[in-house]
Amino acid sequence: MATGPSGSASGSISTLIPGGPSVTAAPGMARARNPIWGFIVRRLLLGAFVLFLVSIVIFVATQALPGDTARAILGRTATPASLEALREQLHLNRPLVVQYLLWAGGLLRGDAGSSMAAQEPVTKLIGDRIINSAFLVLCAGLISIPLSVLIGSYAALKRDKSFDVAASLTTLVFAALPEFVVGVTLVVLFATTVLHVLPAVSLIPPGGRPWDEPIGMILPTLTLVLAVTPYVARIMRASMIEVLESDYVEMARLKGLSEWIVIRRHALPNALGPTFQVIALNLAYLAGGVIVVEYVFNYAGIGGALRDAVSNRDLPVIQAVALLIAGLYVVLNLLADIATILVTPRLRTRL
Amino acid sequence: MAVLNPLVAQEPPLVQSKRPAGVLRGALALGRTRIGLGLVIFIAGIAVFGPLLAPHGPADFIGLPNQLPSGAARFGTDHLGQDVWSRFLDGGRTILILATAATLLGLALGTSIGLLAAYSRGLLDDVLMRAMDVILAFPQILLTLVAISTLGPSGWLMVLAVGLTNMPRVARITRGAAQPIVERDFVAAAEAIGVPRWRILFGELLPNILSPLMVESSLRLTYSIGVIAAIAFLGFTTNPNGADWGLMIQENFIALVVQPWGVVLPMAAVAMLTMGTGMIGDGIARAAAGIDRSRSGE
Repeated sequence: MATGPSGSASGSISTLIPGGPSVTAAPGMARARNPIWGFIVRRLLLGAFVLFLVSIVIFVATQALPGDTARAILGRTATPASLEALREQLHLNRPLVVQYLLWAGGLLRGDAGSSMAAQEPVTKLIGDRIINSAFLVLCAGLISIPLSVLIGSYAALKRDKSFDVAASLTTLVFAALPEFVVGVTLVVLFATTVLHVLPAVSLIPPGGRPWDEPIGMILPTLTLVLAVTPYVARIMRASMIEVLESDYVEMARLKGLSEWIVIRRHALPNALGPTFQVIALNLAYLAGGVIVVEYVFNYAGIGGALRDAVSNRDLPVIQAVALLIAGLYVVLNLLADIATILVTPRLRTRL
Repeated sequence: MAVLNPLVAQEPPLVQSKRPAGVLRGALALGRTRIGLGLVIFIAGIAVFGPLLAPHGPADFIGLPNQLPSGAARFGTDHLGQDVWSRFLDGGRTILILATAATLLGLALGTSIGLLAAYSRGLLDDVLMRAMDVILAFPQILLTLVAISTLGPSGWLMVLAVGLTNMPRVARITRGAAQPIVERDFVAAAEAIGVPRWRILFGELLPNILSPLMVESSLRLTYSIGVIAAIAFLGFTTNPNGADWGLMIQENFIALVVQPWGVVLPMAAVAMLTMGTGMIGDGIARAAAGIDRSRSGE
């Protein structure tokens, strides 16, 4: 470490700090320089630990439930030979700890096993689908996050006026509806029964990418936007109302700043802080929402792959996709924690 | 642990001053709660009494597939030639029972863990809440899908999986609401006279956090209905011979252009049910927080 305080300075400091001269001086100096790094390192370690626990939950739920896993997967009609082959492939006849270590070790080397239905490596099977799903989540996130910040802030500014009441009721209704109900309703309204203006399925041509068929992206994206926006908008409204009632906003108004500057410089940045967490949670929630939405629109992403894998009891694919989605949550949560600290300087004093 | 101190200038603020009965009365005065309650009673009525009124059995074949409404079948026939109206009347019970059971399980587990964490503080609090964070990393539908992936979709497994995903969300709310209560003098008094720990948790703390718990339980019920209906929509049903609203939507989705009723009826029911529970929850939340119109000007 490049702290290197000069001899005389460290001597004088150590007399002021109780508890050992050489040990406390260096970390004390490092902390004074950059407390955020320590926080980030601690959060990264915690995140890695949570990921480890998440992988155990997935392993237990798929492979270590009581009963004969091989028979549960293949059904009653399975022959002894096929049961034995499956046990061999999934290492089911080894102790549970060994099974877990083989699986987790493979994942760390980038080997998620082979799909039992498609007879090809899981990484190859879901590689393209990850990009498709990420694109869908990205589209939905890029639309819904600014939209919900806008709706929430405006509703807070127009508190109890007609816009606020209308927004409150609309967001309430949409927040309660399951995604598949929203998706199927959109299909009924725009693709099949009422109007016929948009495709009901978003088929991606083989070897193609979802952005090659932008018109097919509209309904899946809209479904996810309608599922996520209400929730973030409600949190943003509550957060903004709290900030608008604070002393510093009143102070800013009293010293004669224009309302626009009060909102942009004082209210909005402070109201966004707590909303970061919610936005991160909702991006992760979007990743969960793709499971249903991709199925509704027959969109070739990891959500659709997971649904098919559960249907085929294709364990390696289920495990890989589940770990991917849950891992995304852990990573986004981590980023939100760090972003919150960065935009809210007063929180840094607690580090 | 908290110590009785007569010199403390003031009690922590009375955040839970409203009694649950008063909150419920306040919630019922709000239009949205009444509408929500009406929707829930209507749909729950269909789910509970529908099977008694169905003209045909849910698996009876009464005509050609995908017929539009006619005299013989009020809402036409589905993809196999079964009566849409009968299957609709028959298909609500499963969702209602599984979602209620999963909500109750999540409430029981989450409340216990949240109370224990708030009361214990320190290491146990940390360990419990970090464990909750791990489950929180799974979207509800994901953990449920993973859970049914090897054993297949049986009722108890769905209740267990959805209940477990409800647990950390309830635990967080419970812990947050109970933390200020733990600091209050009556808890210290109960400790001083030797009340056992479980009675402090459920006899002293629990009655003081009922309002936020009521809000949370309606929210959990809303999402549990959504998850269980979505699992059926994905094609995983606990009862392959019976009818199920989520499954009906999936089965008839393909024939949407020809015969929309097989999709529209069950979808309207699921939508009205979740909207209803959502509105009840919002009404209770408003009544509990006192953010209704009359108080906003104070």
